[in-house]
Amino acid sequence: MSSIVERHKTLERNVTLLAVLAFAAVTIGGIVEIAPLFWIDNTIEKVEGMRPYTPLEQAGRDIYVREGCYVCHSQMIRPFRDETERYGHYSLAAESMYDHPFQWGSKRTGPDLARVGGKYSDEWHVQHLKDPRSVVPESIMPTYQFLAGRPLNQGDMTAELQTLYTTGVPYTKDQIAKANDDLKAQADPENATEFKKRWPKAQVRDFDGDPTKLTEMDALVAYLQMLGTLVDVNAPAAQEDLAKEKGR
Amino acid sequence: MADKRIDEPTGVETVGHEWDGIEELNTPLPRWWLWTFYATIVFAIGYVVVYPAIPGRHAATAGTLGWTSRGALDKDLKAADAARAQTRAAIAATPVEKLADNPQLLRAAIEGGAAAFKQNCVQCHGAGAAGSKGYPNLNDDDWLWGGDIATIHQTLEHGIRYPGDEQTRVSQMPAFGKDGILTAAQVQDVVSHVRVISGQDKPNASSTRGAQIFADNCSVCHGANGEGNRTVGAPRLNDKIWLYGGDRATLTQTVTYARQGVMPAWGQRLDPVTIKMLAAYVHSRGGGEALPPAAPAAPATAAVAQAR
Repeated sequence: MSSIVERHKTLERNVTLLAVLAFAAVTIGGIVEIAPLFWIDNTIEKVEGMRPYTPLEQAGRDIYVREGCYVCHSQMIRPFRDETERYGHYSLAAESMYDHPFQWGSKRTGPDLARVGGKYSDEWHVQHLKDPRSVVPESIMPTYQFLAGRPLNQGDMTAELQTLYTTGVPYTKDQIAKANDDLKAQADPENATEFKKRWPKAQVRDFDGDPTKLTEMDALVAYLQMLGTLVDVNAPAAQEDLAKEKGR
Repeated sequence: MADKRIDEPTGVETVGHEWDGIEELNTPLPRWWLWTFYATIVFAIGYVVVYPAIPGRHAATAGTLGWTSRGALDKDLKAADAARAQTRAAIAATPVEKLADNPQLLRAAIEGGAAAFKQNCVQCHGAGAAGSKGYPNLNDDDWLWGGDIATIHQTLEHGIRYPGDEQTRVSQMPAFGKDGILTAAQVQDVVSHVRVISGQDKPNASSTRGAQIFADNCSVCHGANGEGNRTVGAPRLNDKIWLYGGDRATLTQTVTYARQGVMPAWGQRLDPVTIKMLAAYVHSRGGGEALPPAAPAAPATAAVAQAR
């Protein structure tokens, strides 16, 4: 008994050995906690309908990240009754598979936005971003009036999509090459024929209510309006797949 | 470690080493602490057995209880659904026009509608349904598209000018100033006239000129005296209730650029029972109107025709 108890003194007196064994202990813990996420079914469930973000949505997402929207808003509905009744069906891992970086979280100063797409009109989003208190009196959200006046200038979207492609987002060559055209076309329904061929299910319209300009507001509203709309989680087929999971 | 000794003042054994005469007492851990520690180990073993814990090839061990977070949610929802099932089934089986015949059911529908309203509607129409600029007040009897329960239900289900719903309510006010239909001076004259018929100004030269322009351009939808027209959602102009504002600047903006308010088609997001409950709630807010006596047999189709 005493010999085992005494033996840790060898460790305490040998800094290198202590460091090596501490590293080994942390490594084992890390592998057990993190590595299984790469193969267990739960994290890689297959869903229908996911597509990468269009250039305009991606630009909106960049603005979302730039303005720090994630500080107050999460995009992850957890499987609790209070959350699913307020925000909709709980989020699936696959729904954020093209997010770099993802926007998960549970700290909600503002509401979760994972399924905000289509919940409000474009006009509401524009008014709310310009002056949140005009529609939600108790809101503490800052105003983003300036987005409506700033021309969308996100740099070369082809380069951005190419970068995302290298991280594993399956853009087609055509989508990457025409990214800068598509950026404008999505907010310009009259010149969107080509865009619709490349992005069959994307929403095409002038998002900020000012057809004369392509603004940062267009991009952000386009992004918000597609959030959570890609996968029809309540469709019978999706429900059937989920029902196969144990414990349901 | 042979030089362990008992420290005389405390009676506790030392750990056996000393630095410049300073020694360390080998004080044992408090018993309660030690037992709590052992208890957590035992608890952890039990936890690993009954709950999902150890990751494997496709999934973690399921645990003997078979608990999953999604399963727990499912159970929660089923329990909540079961509690509401009877009422919801009754509402589902009752056409929205007939809800009022069953006061108890109507009360339940209004309560359910109030809850759904807080989730889905307050962002535009306000917590008390009082609306805000551009979003109508639902507590008064000034309706854009009609205030009987079937019409409210139709508006909820299909929305207003909502892209992606074929039965959505559609109408378009021309942008009189922007599209060059009226000159800037004519716009001001019409605004003067609207301010007169809404009782804000006394008749003057400008409003007299505006009356003719109003009759030529606006009365088709807004009525000869500005009484509005619900079949096209044209607001009544001869009262003091304004959706966007009745001051000269706002009216000028409205006539120049037109207004195209949008409401989502909730039929795409909410289930039919919730929409019925919302209709009952909105109808109950104070401005609810009686159903039109005509065509009680097919109110749904009548409402569709009205919307077109």
